[in-house]
Amino acid sequence: MLVFLPDSLDEAFEAFEQCPDAQLLAGGTDFMVEVNYAHRRPPSVVCLRKVGELCGWRRDGAEVVLGAGMTFTELMDPRLSDLLPGLAQASRTVGSPQIRNAGTLGGNLGTASPAGDSLPVLSALDATIVVASRHGRRSLQLDELVVGPKRTTLEPGEIIVEIRAPAQMGSQEFLKVGTRNAMVIAVANVALVVDWAGQSVRCALGSVGPVVIRARAAEQFISSRIDWTTRTLPDESAAAEFADLVRAAARPIDDHRSTADYRRHAVGVCSFRALRRILANHRDDTLGRAS
Amino acid sequence: MSTVTTRRPGRLGESVARPDGVPKVRGEFAFSSDLYAEGMLWGHIVRSPHPAAVIRGIDVSGALRIPGVRAVLTADDVPGRKTFGLDYPDQPVFAWEVVRYLGEPVAAVAADHPETARRAATAIVVDYAPTEPLTDPVAAIDADPIHPLGNVLYRQKVRRGDPDAVGAVVVEGRYETGMQDQAQMGPESGLAIPAEDGGIDLYIATQWLHVDQEQMAACLALPLDKVRVHLAGVGGAFGAREDLSMQVQISLLALRTDRPVKIVYDREESFLGHVHRHPSFMWYRHHADSDGRLVKVEARIVLDGGAYLSSSTAVTINAASFAPGPYRVPNAVVEAVAARTNNPPCGAMRGFGATQTCFAYEAQMDKLAEVLGLDPIELRLRNALKPGDTLITGQVLRGAAPVAEVIRTCASAPLPAGDPATMTEIALPGGAGRTADHNRVRRGVGFAVGIKNLMFSGGFDDASEARCRLEDGVATITCAAVEVGQGFVTLAQQITREVLGVEDVILAPVGTVGIGSAGSTSASRQTWMSGGAVQAACLAVRKRLFESVASRHGVAPETLEILDGRVVSLDRAVDVAVAEAAPGEVLEETVNFRHPPTAELDENGQGDANVSFAFAAHRAVVDVDLDLGLVKVVEITTSQDVGRVLNPVQLIGQLEGGIAQGVGLAVMEEVVLDHGRVRNPSFTDYVIPTALDMPPVQIAALIEEPEPGSPMGAKGAGEPPLVSSASAVVAAIRAATGLELSRAPVRPQDIALAGQAPSQGPVSSPTNGKVSP
Amino acid sequence: MSELINYRLHVNGVEHEVADAWLGESLLYVLRERLGLPGSKNACLQGECGSCSVLMDGKVVCSCMVLAASAVGADIVTVEGLSPGEQDLSDIQAAFLAEGGVQCGFCTPGLVVSVHDLLEHNPDPTELEVREAISGNLCRCTGYGRILAAVRATQESRQG
Repeated sequence: MLVFLPDSLDEAFEAFEQCPDAQLLAGGTDFMVEVNYAHRRPPSVVCLRKVGELCGWRRDGAEVVLGAGMTFTELMDPRLSDLLPGLAQASRTVGSPQIRNAGTLGGNLGTASPAGDSLPVLSALDATIVVASRHGRRSLQLDELVVGPKRTTLEPGEIIVEIRAPAQMGSQEFLKVGTRNAMVIAVANVALVVDWAGQSVRCALGSVGPVVIRARAAEQFISSRIDWTTRTLPDESAAAEFADLVRAAARPIDDHRSTADYRRHAVGVCSFRALRRILANHRDDTLGRAS
Repeated sequence: MSTVTTRRPGRLGESVARPDGVPKVRGEFAFSSDLYAEGMLWGHIVRSPHPAAVIRGIDVSGALRIPGVRAVLTADDVPGRKTFGLDYPDQPVFAWEVVRYLGEPVAAVAADHPETARRAATAIVVDYAPTEPLTDPVAAIDADPIHPLGNVLYRQKVRRGDPDAVGAVVVEGRYETGMQDQAQMGPESGLAIPAEDGGIDLYIATQWLHVDQEQMAACLALPLDKVRVHLAGVGGAFGAREDLSMQVQISLLALRTDRPVKIVYDREESFLGHVHRHPSFMWYRHHADSDGRLVKVEARIVLDGGAYLSSSTAVTINAASFAPGPYRVPNAVVEAVAARTNNPPCGAMRGFGATQTCFAYEAQMDKLAEVLGLDPIELRLRNALKPGDTLITGQVLRGAAPVAEVIRTCASAPLPAGDPATMTEIALPGGAGRTADHNRVRRGVGFAVGIKNLMFSGGFDDASEARCRLEDGVATITCAAVEVGQGFVTLAQQITREVLGVEDVILAPVGTVGIGSAGSTSASRQTWMSGGAVQAACLAVRKRLFESVASRHGVAPETLEILDGRVVSLDRAVDVAVAEAAPGEVLEETVNFRHPPTAELDENGQGDANVSFAFAAHRAVVDVDLDLGLVKVVEITTSQDVGRVLNPVQLIGQLEGGIAQGVGLAVMEEVVLDHGRVRNPSFTDYVIPTALDMPPVQIAALIEEPEPGSPMGAKGAGEPPLVSSASAVVAAIRAATGLELSRAPVRPQDIALAGQAPSQGPVSSPTNGKVSP
Repeated sequence: MSELINYRLHVNGVEHEVADAWLGESLLYVLRERLGLPGSKNACLQGECGSCSVLMDGKVVCSCMVLAASAVGADIVTVEGLSPGEQDLSDIQAAFLAEGGVQCGFCTPGLVVSVHDLLEHNPDPTELEVREAISGNLCRCTGYGRILAAVRATQESRQG
């Protein structure tokens, strides 16, 4: 056997016993590009498509637990988009219907591209990624899993099994900048979460550094300016300063897709707009409730 | 490789269904990449990873050792002429001594599995000594030659009238267009089968079989009758298949191994393996009087021809000839130069030099209008060419030239409803990325009109051969005109039904055997030339049919006509179905169709070089996110001068398809080069419009002024949609943003960071605007 | 060549044996080169064009992005499986032809599959929904206008 199709994690680990240098295959949308263009010649493959533990999602108290095998189409399911709106928005921007039907959340993490669309959202939600091997499980934050462009701390024999994220955390926005309206690698993407209950703002940037960047100084600044009681931003100019701090946090490069200057500029614009949109929507919701 | 029959009868002027449509929608149509032969091997071409290098040696022994590898070939294995080329054979089949562009073929392998062939390719060790690539076409003109034939591929001057004339108003500008790719969906592919007679049968997707055959014969050192080229299904072309791709290499592999050999390029190889649209660097100065009438146009145009000649000669001539656009210009000082560089070779792409200069001249006209305080449409109408006017090449327009009507109908068509302030978010710039802020989206409208020559020019003796055979009411048409998707196959049947009144029209397999050249499927020429050839052959057969019927019925042939599928005399004394009119007789005629001769341009660019011209206008409506520079093309309206509509739905397909490529050129398509290296040879990063990017097209008018001299009155329609559509989109972005935007494609940073100094990075122009008068 | 494997695939309702195949072959390659089903096309091999679209367990995916050996047990339907009889046309296929949605035809099989999938899940899509549904199918010839007309015609005929 050189291509394994385990039905369970245990079977997957057994496959690794047999073929320690086997490569993991989830949706195939990154893996097969490399194989088709001869950049990857796997000696053996463990395919995760049928592993039961990776399928589906569930509520666990205040958290949503997502199977790593969930596809982007599945992440757009209306019930889930209610619980994890930022992730649903991000999923809609991935590739095309064909890619969304195959690409998985676990695969997006495992590929660890700086432009991965789910990654800023997971970062902003402080999601926990659960990784399993035959030796047991461990939990990681995104910045402990993804440590460089296309580099993770996954050990051989480890499989991403679950992603745990808080359900319905505040207001969420995901914005992605690309040169075309579909099938586009992000030139810059921004995930913004305003956690009303927890009185914190989370702002994660993608495609402007080797890994997702949390704009912490910007987060702290705007958190201190939001009036958490009224849930408004009394000083509107603070939004512009927030955007400045986001720009300062970005570490983009020039490449064939875009320039560092543009990327830095874009995350500033997107974070500004995301914040204003969240505040405006909240105001509208509040007004709606009051009347 | 298919013989197709009609399903539904239909004549000229009707939206007749295409005869190859059923197999295409069922997935049964055999494209060149679908071919299979028993015992076939897989070929793979080894390509240079350097844009410029000396080849110190090639060691193929590693590849030969791999089990399953059957042949490895290099330049030494080419038995005949070691170079090829459309105009002049300056391009090696396999490079030897030097490589001049990234992707240049250096060797080829045949093996029993495509994966083995790929591994063998990587096992070939080529000892390259990289050299500094010459990538600036302006500098290349005077730089040390990178080829024995020098770095000036072609130079065309056009001088008309008084070079010292000046206008009351002068407007100057520098413009650039990037390297566009045809991005045809069907990758280059073919199947070569060695023949018993020592020759070769090649099944290939191409644009001009006979010119492929000539080049192959010369390189393979075979007589023409031993080189048989058969057309396999073509997945689009747009100019990418006009030059040879693999034809010689695959044939050599087949002849060497004595086995059929198949080659299929992957997309990356396809990007490297065909010519592209010439990047252009243009300087223009327009002079006008205070009423906006053009007095003089000065232009200097530099085209980056890349490493080899391809069709740079004709592209350069076109750029120069149409430098001012479809306007009356009494005085002109124009020079266009194509330079050889170590960038990827450039050649034919739909629009062929006219697209690039349109970007400059239409921007100039808008600038002129602004300076004069004139409505831009009015300015164009004041200068629009009409029949009897003279082009800057001295040629008088003798055919239909409804330029004013094209402009007027397009400009006055209703604008789309809708307002970005109220549109649903996914319809705004940025789409599902949800980046837009309604208050920061500005709508702009832009206009452009263009001119394109139809067919080959400059004294080229263009011809197309067709054969019609009529037997018992079934007509068979043999013509080597290549179907690339445009619908020539449909037209051929429509013409035959129209002339002969038959229902069943068989199209014989397309190849070089037994029929002469039909010329290239390019230059918007096939309707005229091969449509004309088919029509002429059918008319010749009809004449023979009438003669046969006449003699059998004792009437004069001049009294006969065909009506509703029957041969009838005026008084109806003769009334017989075409199928029964000449029982047992086979009526066959072969016609070689030519257009009236044209002349070469002289040293001042003067001459009656073209047969016919077509005009099209485009009006684009765009919404622009002012802060992010993202553009949503909302709608494009067009009017086109078409002569006569022969098949409405196919014609609309040409207009919409060409406009889509114009949208791409305007806002997203560019082969990104960095010191001769292609940075984006994939559909991931060479982005073409998806269904979410392409706007609806409103056809304001299809102007039918029959073209005198055109066999059916029709004008070719394929290229005009891609001459001015990109210019209209960029003009609309200028209107929305107030920015100058002198380069296409317009990138988000060109809008968003317009006030700031450009950053470093490989995306900037290599000449940095150095084109000067 | 090493790494050869054997497995079975279920395609268009038929079980197929795949023998002595390189493990890295995509489903697209196996369909075209081993199973005699060249209807799915190979325009990019990167999941960026949709010309290789097939249905896998009722979902439209790029077959070039599927490792063939990993598709064991899946129900695969190709354009050939959506084409009735020997020469007949589904209503989608007929509409593509009638509306001029086919030029070179290279993107057509992938679009037939995508449109079939769209209308199965959403019988009356808006124009924007149609555009989004086919946004993974590149067409270079038509500019999508006649393709959208074909989908519209199919919707209307299914309603009427």
